[in-house]
Amino acid sequence: MSRPSEPAERASSLLGAAPRRNEDERLLTGTALFVDDVHLDGMLHAAFVRSDHAHGRLRGVDLSAARAHPGVVAAWVAEDLGDYWAPGPLLVPPPPIERLTFRSATQVPLARDKVRHVGEAIALIVARSRYEAEDAVALVEVDIEPLPPVARTEDSLAEGAGRIHEQFDSNLAAHVVQSKGDYERAASGATVRVGRRFRIDRGASAPIENRGIVASWDERAGELTVWDTTQAPIPIRNGLADMLGLPETHVRVIAPFIGGGFGPKIMMFYPEEVLLPWAAVRLGRPVKWIEDRQESFFATTQEREQIHDAEIAVDADGRIIGVSDSFLCDSGAYNPYGLTVPINSQCTLLGQYRVPNYESEFRLVYTNKPIVTPVRGAGRQHGVFVMERLLDLAAAELGIDPTEIRRRNFLTPDEFPHDHEILYQDFAPLVYDSGDYEPALDRALEMIDYEAFRATEQPALRAAGRQVGIGVVCYVEGTGIGPYEGARVSVRSDGRVSLVTGVGTQGQGHFTSFAQLAAGPLGLDAADVDVVTGDTAKFSWGTGTFASRGAVVAGNACHAAAIAVREKVLAVASDALEAAPDDLEVGGGAVHVRGVPERRITLAELAVRANPLRGAVKPGTEPGLEATAYFGPERGCTASGVHAMIVEVDPETAMLEILRYVVVHDCGTIINPTIVNGQIHGGVAHGIGNAFFEQLVFDEGAQLLNASFMDYLLPTATDVPFIETAHLCTPSPLNPLGIKGVGEAGAIPVAALFAQAIEDALGEQAPEVLEMPLSPDRLFALIRGNDAATRPARRTVP
Amino acid sequence: MQQIGRRTIVVTVNGERFERDVEPRLLLSDFLRHELRLTGTHVGCEHGVCGACTILVDDEAVRSCILLAVQVDGCEITTVEGLAGGAAAPQNLELHPIQAAFHETHGLQCGFCTPGLLTTLVPFLAENPDPDDTEIRQAISGNLCRCTGYQNIIAAVKLAAERMRA
Repeated sequence: MSRPSEPAERASSLLGAAPRRNEDERLLTGTALFVDDVHLDGMLHAAFVRSDHAHGRLRGVDLSAARAHPGVVAAWVAEDLGDYWAPGPLLVPPPPIERLTFRSATQVPLARDKVRHVGEAIALIVARSRYEAEDAVALVEVDIEPLPPVARTEDSLAEGAGRIHEQFDSNLAAHVVQSKGDYERAASGATVRVGRRFRIDRGASAPIENRGIVASWDERAGELTVWDTTQAPIPIRNGLADMLGLPETHVRVIAPFIGGGFGPKIMMFYPEEVLLPWAAVRLGRPVKWIEDRQESFFATTQEREQIHDAEIAVDADGRIIGVSDSFLCDSGAYNPYGLTVPINSQCTLLGQYRVPNYESEFRLVYTNKPIVTPVRGAGRQHGVFVMERLLDLAAAELGIDPTEIRRRNFLTPDEFPHDHEILYQDFAPLVYDSGDYEPALDRALEMIDYEAFRATEQPALRAAGRQVGIGVVCYVEGTGIGPYEGARVSVRSDGRVSLVTGVGTQGQGHFTSFAQLAAGPLGLDAADVDVVTGDTAKFSWGTGTFASRGAVVAGNACHAAAIAVREKVLAVASDALEAAPDDLEVGGGAVHVRGVPERRITLAELAVRANPLRGAVKPGTEPGLEATAYFGPERGCTASGVHAMIVEVDPETAMLEILRYVVVHDCGTIINPTIVNGQIHGGVAHGIGNAFFEQLVFDEGAQLLNASFMDYLLPTATDVPFIETAHLCTPSPLNPLGIKGVGEAGAIPVAALFAQAIEDALGEQAPEVLEMPLSPDRLFALIRGNDAATRPARRTVP
Repeated sequence: MQQIGRRTIVVTVNGERFERDVEPRLLLSDFLRHELRLTGTHVGCEHGVCGACTILVDDEAVRSCILLAVQVDGCEITTVEGLAGGAAAPQNLELHPIQAAFHETHGLQCGFCTPGLLTTLVPFLAENPDPDDTEIRQAISGNLCRCTGYQNIIAAVKLAAERMRA
């Protein structure tokens, strides 16, 4: 056996390296395969008839004109699906929390008796071309009797509100209370109790690639192949096999290059994902559907909408006695994702702080709006926004610096693991594995030059009539949850390595970071490893890319598989070189006897030796230099960070200019710092969108008013500042490599940061910023103290 | 329903001449992607905002999702597939300096918006070989990217500009 420390050393030789990405060349030359690039002989094209009403009774659909249209091959409504019609699975059942109410209603493939949101699919048209399919969609007559829509979250539970799911006596989807200590009792002795109502509105995930599916049925082989823009190809494969009555071995789901995911590409099942494979089997021809941008504003899931009534109690020194929070979370028309989003909010609110008493209650409610599922951050933003705002309010009451109140409440390194005594979204207790928060704050303050800004710069700017403010906020991100992922590593007869894992990839650099993890133990470079992700024919087990878990869970599996292959390499080499494994060194694509470099054998030769065509092998020998490994953490690991910003507000236009933006982040061991920084940059940009640009505006009829990129504004290159980053490393004890996730971190604290920095910029006459997103016109109204002036058109239905 | 008439168009794409009968309503983006199977040009919004479908028509960057194929009859088109190795030798895999710079600075993540950025930048750097940060940000402000936060794209443009000046 090799010495136990050795594999870790080999791995560490590539941990923290930043090789250029293996996947770039295909993407840069236009030769990467995305779903819409799949072309098959005889392929047909699908388009959907969707509801124009947010809520209504579906009385009839007339497909006759559509069916008669040239080029149309088939047109179907819900009734045509027969037994295949069924509501989607409840993806995430509720965790075992006491006193929990949970009323499940999941999305359906095609609306049958009722429509429950604008854009809900009603009929499927298949034609020779997408153009002809869309022509036919325009010929379908849909008869809907409108019902009173529930547009506003806060109206959902009102008496007389339209009933969205008639099997329930109200629009309540869930009611959950989690608590620790006794808030009311403890807070009665507080020096300061301060509370507010906080509101966060909806945004779109808006990957630049819309969703898409191509399904192809091979009648003779009895095999279905599906290309899907999913973040979770293996669960999609399993579900489709089950629905269609096929063995899992005969369903292949491929998630090729995916043009951004951000959460909604792991909704299961979208109606289109259910229907396209069914149509392909039924017609015996390949069928493609590619979502257009407008459809994506209705048919792809959304997130963010919550209203919190929260209070904090602190003592005279600003130490937290407790927090109480009661919030509404909008689920939209259905709830496939259970409690994931609101539980993330509930848990992440506790942040980096010691909170001895916590009373948190939420109601998840149905409304007649598109379905809510996690979007980058997945509810964590809301908790951070509420807690950071409460700390700002308490600090103001006590007259202490906002950074100081945070510092006084940080959990200290000796308090880990720290049990918050409530349950997290992964059903495990909310226990932070590790962290060290104060050095990150210090680093951020130093990088942004906090003291100098406060002492000299800001007063000078104020004197010059400029409104410039600073913000500093802290957050945690629960990452890397289970259940598990796996990977298979093989040394090929050409001496290169194949690495296959089940997770899909949407730009995270898996072809490179996973390659680093496999290359290290085998003494190779990342460029020597060919990575395959997201093809169920290549790897059959796994869950998917979500919850900032790819690097943590799949990454550790890749590394473990490579270590196991290294053992096989050494065993075969030991035989070939007639030397003990302990005396061998691996590197440069070969194995040699330590101190005798000429006694060597290449990995290519070893791969051939390990897979003989003739002769006998020892009993128990497995062929090839190949190993499969799985990794499943007992619970998620907690990453953390600090964002700081200096912003200038133009009081006349309410436009912002971000002058400095600093991120100090701790995601444990870093595999590839370039990729990690890229994740942070993109997350911050998304967060800036959610803080100042991106708001889905619904009218009182629950009609979306800004369903295009002309009206729904994504941040552009002129809106996102230069982001300065630094990293601290508190390795997670929950996985061998000490990795924590980073995918969502950049987006999580930005709203809280904007609120604090804008208030600081506006000085003593600043309005309280208690809502997100802002926009120039909304901020203008707040500055003028005209609260109702530009709130988007949202009136209660009479 | 009346059969929609078809028009014959002749275009040169990445140095290769194509003559095709197309429906007048066929989008240029769909023509390139689905008729010529040049799928490197991506479609993100189909209303001319996101910039993913940007191509070069007679050396100018245009959005192929808001043009019809019949509008480019007689034109010279370059798509992302024509950048590496130059249009004369698309099989030569040597990257264009802008492509190489994106690779070196991690200027792409999912890569979906990347072809449109590259084609936007070719004429920009030809016109402005030494741009400052503000000029670069303005030049790409019509290309939406959801992954990178633009920072490394800007670094890529600066690196490419420096090399192309040398």
